[in-house]
Amino acid sequence: MIPALIVFAYLTIVVYIGIFAFRRGKESGEDYFLASRALGPYVFLLSLFGTNMTAFAILGSSGLAYSRGIGVYGLMASSSGIVIPLTIFFIGTRLWALGKRLGHMTQVQFLRDRWECDGIGTFLFAITAAMLVPYIIIGVMGGGATLEAISAYQDSDGNIRHWVSYEVGGAVVALVVMSYVFFGGMRGTAWVNTFQTLLFLCFGTIAFILIARSIGGFDQVMNQLAANPRTAPLLSRERIPMEEFFSYMFIPLSAIMFPHISIMCLTAKRIGHFRKTVIFYPLCIAAIWVPSVYLGVVAASQFPGLRPGESDDVIIRLLMEHTPTLIAGILGAGIMACVMASDSQILALCTMFTEDIFAHYGGKERFGDRAQVWTGRAFVVIVTVIAYLIDPTLYTVEYGPIRVVTEGIAMGLTLWDRCGKWRRPNAWTGRPAVGVCTRVDAPRVLALFHERIVGERSPTQ
Amino acid sequence: MKAFLTVWVILVLALHQDCWLWTDKTLVFGFLPIGLAYHVGYSCLAAVTMAMLVRWAWPSHLEEAAQQRPSRDGTGRSSG
Repeated sequence: MIPALIVFAYLTIVVYIGIFAFRRGKESGEDYFLASRALGPYVFLLSLFGTNMTAFAILGSSGLAYSRGIGVYGLMASSSGIVIPLTIFFIGTRLWALGKRLGHMTQVQFLRDRWECDGIGTFLFAITAAMLVPYIIIGVMGGGATLEAISAYQDSDGNIRHWVSYEVGGAVVALVVMSYVFFGGMRGTAWVNTFQTLLFLCFGTIAFILIARSIGGFDQVMNQLAANPRTAPLLSRERIPMEEFFSYMFIPLSAIMFPHISIMCLTAKRIGHFRKTVIFYPLCIAAIWVPSVYLGVVAASQFPGLRPGESDDVIIRLLMEHTPTLIAGILGAGIMACVMASDSQILALCTMFTEDIFAHYGGKERFGDRAQVWTGRAFVVIVTVIAYLIDPTLYTVEYGPIRVVTEGIAMGLTLWDRCGKWRRPNAWTGRPAVGVCTRVDAPRVLALFHERIVGERSPTQ
Repeated sequence: MKAFLTVWVILVLALHQDCWLWTDKTLVFGFLPIGLAYHVGYSCLAAVTMAMLVRWAWPSHLEEAAQQRPSRDGTGRSSG
């Protein structure tokens, strides 16, 4: 119960931040979508960093370090720590200047102007929207699962029950994200991201110290690992091929092309605010990733023999075993902060819709700036409600375990075992089944839209 | 200075590939594997490199360029 209460307290703070940002805002498109291009240097740094942070940074990195060793930090973190600031320095600053001069609020506007072509913008909007919506839906699902998991308790008969069900948990998370993005816009999202980043940093430090104390010091654990021939390679980069290590230098080049990152680059008040961001970004990366990777290696001595896929939650296992209940609540809030990283994606999608579709095709000229902001807000509600209220009978859902590739060139790819027809036990064995939508009943979906919009049943029905 | 910074950035990017520490399992301060300690130091070097770029290669002309023309009613609409 205590962890669930801490998470609810966290969600309340987040909503309050959104409402506070709303009070400070103005009813203009540039204010709602870009915080009037006036974010201060520290909020800009922490929110840009927070926007780029995902659950993978804490959970995935430690799981990968468990199997591949300390080289994971160099593979993914220190390469990002130099390449991302360089891209912000060379590309982000120029995007900012062009955006300020020409009034761009999105990448699509930049590309439309650059190539003097309307179609490329509309095409890019459609592709980006299709790419972002699944992330938003997964965010709602993840929120429901997290709240359900941390509110679990054992009743008098020994059965596991939950204070908060999956459906209610998903609804709570959808409502919270929708509220602070709806009210606060970019300012609210940036402030919440700043808060989440500080929570990550504090949470990481506290957890690291508590675990070190509980296991009797890290030097002892490291010597144990070094003495065992099976675990000794974890202290070097023997399990990472040199070519793979080199190839990972190119992956962070993609960060600046994500819509929510490039839109975030447009929010700085002055170009000078990029200075602190590019200088401190590598240090922020180190502050989050070093403890995560190190604890992943420590976990190899505490929980030996975990199979690939089982090691993704080693940091949670370490916390559950070596920290008190109160910290479990902070952990829940930390995970919730990861899950709610979809806020920037919702806002990016909403900014792109209102700017690249509504305003671009004359909506702003016809209805005014205020209407544009309310269109954006309505879009936030629609996207979030759709993410939550998709009628399951309109879709064919099939079940099977899902895993996310956390290493190699396909990193980030989601794999789904639909058939489950394995002859021998393997990494998929014993994983929980997840429902995946595989088919859409298009005529019924169109009939539903017709009924809701026109107010009568479709003639085709 | 530009040439020096270009060479410096290339050198820093090259230093990421620390092949000489690939199999070294030495523990720095008794608890930190040397490969990890090197890359923690590398992150600090990255911060110093960015500070050097900010100090000596800052695109300050962009600030003036951004102020030169007012935005087009905040619409950003293409003229094409």
